[in-house]
Amino acid sequence: MTEETYQKPSVREIQELLEKKFSGKVRVTGTEERRVCANVDRDCIHDVCAYIHGSLTFEHATSVMGNDMIDHMEVIYHLSNYFNGVIVELTAELPADDLRIWSVADIWAGANWHERETYELFGIIFDGHPKLKRLLTPDTYEFYPFRKSYKLRGKE
Amino acid sequence: MMSKDVADIKSEASPIDTDKMWVIMGPQHPFSHGLWTLKAQLDGEIVTDAEPIIGYLHRGWEKECENRTYPKIIPMADRLCYAASMTYTHLYCMTVEKALGIDVPDKAKYMRIMADEVCRIQSHLMWLAAVGTDLGNLTVFLWAMREREFFMDINVRLCGARMTTNFPRIGGVRNDVDEEFMMYAARCVDRFEKAVWDIISLIDDSSTFVSRMRGTGYLTREACANLGITGPAMRGTGVDFDIRRDDPYDNYDKVDFDVPVLKDGDSYARYMVRIEELFQSCKIIKQTLQKIKAIGKNAPYRFKVPSKVPAGRAFTRLEDPRGESAMYLVSDGTDKPYRLKVRSPIFVNVSASKPLVQGSRIADVPVIMAMIDMCLGETDR
Repeated sequence: MTEETYQKPSVREIQELLEKKFSGKVRVTGTEERRVCANVDRDCIHDVCAYIHGSLTFEHATSVMGNDMIDHMEVIYHLSNYFNGVIVELTAELPADDLRIWSVADIWAGANWHERETYELFGIIFDGHPKLKRLLTPDTYEFYPFRKSYKLRGKE
Repeated sequence: MMSKDVADIKSEASPIDTDKMWVIMGPQHPFSHGLWTLKAQLDGEIVTDAEPIIGYLHRGWEKECENRTYPKIIPMADRLCYAASMTYTHLYCMTVEKALGIDVPDKAKYMRIMADEVCRIQSHLMWLAAVGTDLGNLTVFLWAMREREFFMDINVRLCGARMTTNFPRIGGVRNDVDEEFMMYAARCVDRFEKAVWDIISLIDDSSTFVSRMRGTGYLTREACANLGITGPAMRGTGVDFDIRRDDPYDNYDKVDFDVPVLKDGDSYARYMVRIEELFQSCKIIKQTLQKIKAIGKNAPYRFKVPSKVPAGRAFTRLEDPRGESAMYLVSDGTDKPYRLKVRSPIFVNVSASKPLVQGSRIADVPVIMAMIDMCLGETDR
């Protein structure tokens, strides 16, 4: 069964489609003009991204970033549609003792380095990533410098 | 015709059985503008594999910001990219303003987009100079740098600095413009629109340089979108998208300009898109100068803003001279950001260097990578 594709989904359409297709797993937290923000369960992040890429025609992954909230970590995705300028912001929460999430580098090749960067700076492991190695920092680093537990000089 | 040649080379197996060789280009290499390395695997003269290596300039910019109050980050944002410093400062100020939920005066919006376009011209001229040296045309380098100097003077008259301008502020801009500046800027843009033809004709009228660009670094529209390439490199590959037009910020929806898009997808198309953007930037600067004049002398150009940003999140993006740059701010109610993420266009563009150079001759690699317009300050952050 082929799914219907939307080339220019409006903000309202995106909200309805995501909540209908992934009921309970995707919670839209807010919408603005050309912006949709949603929380996603980390187990279904790959399915949600594949749907957004394939059926909603979001061809471009603007950024993938990590965020250390001390009691848990977040991976935040910004996905962009080239036909109407809409950005979908997905937030997946990871428990502090299990920092793993599925990679989306096979959906958007542009997410590859974003994930590598998030891995080396936060220690979040992206399962299924083609080459999860350090990119900006030296290979000998054994710590993750962007975590809140890593204090800057003068702040120890 | 050239593109057919390249296609033939790609399919052709090497007639002589030779070992493949890794060539390390960089970090100090004439073709790498800035410190980065391209490892290229060669089969004869054809590049079969490539791997970019970055990180020589990683300063931990995002982490440093967590240690500073909001206004103190403005001069740091200048240092992200020296060729287009104003765009990053502008982006940072927009992000904080969005988190604060405030609007800036109309005059400041026009001044910011004027400054952005001046930076775009500076950056494109810097790129043109680099292309000149990469192609072996030193006259282009000298002439482009000479033209750039006039736009540096606009910066000096605007805010007193040539490169690290420190001009936009959270809530507006640092200072107003005077009559003399308006006159000088208008004259400079008028002059430039004529003078740039000299530089273009140096490249375009010479089949040597055109044939080196035509047909090299070919990508399809889908591959380009999927690889995350943005900016002029993307618009030269047929993706019709410009944040200034399709997701407008500040007052870009109130000025009239065109977005050049070419479907060829080779280095020459990327070159042409950037050249056309120079003229469009001139068009925008002229309009903004008129609008600033129409708003009048005594109109406000800066609002006072609170030093503490309420807890929340803000995402903004902006069309940098090199592509799509974005910032994401997580604030926790104090006077320092909790997390500030910078999305740099070149960080992603350079990650696509393997599909760009694969299958081309080693001699074409500098030309292909020149069309990405490297800037390491923003790539490594």
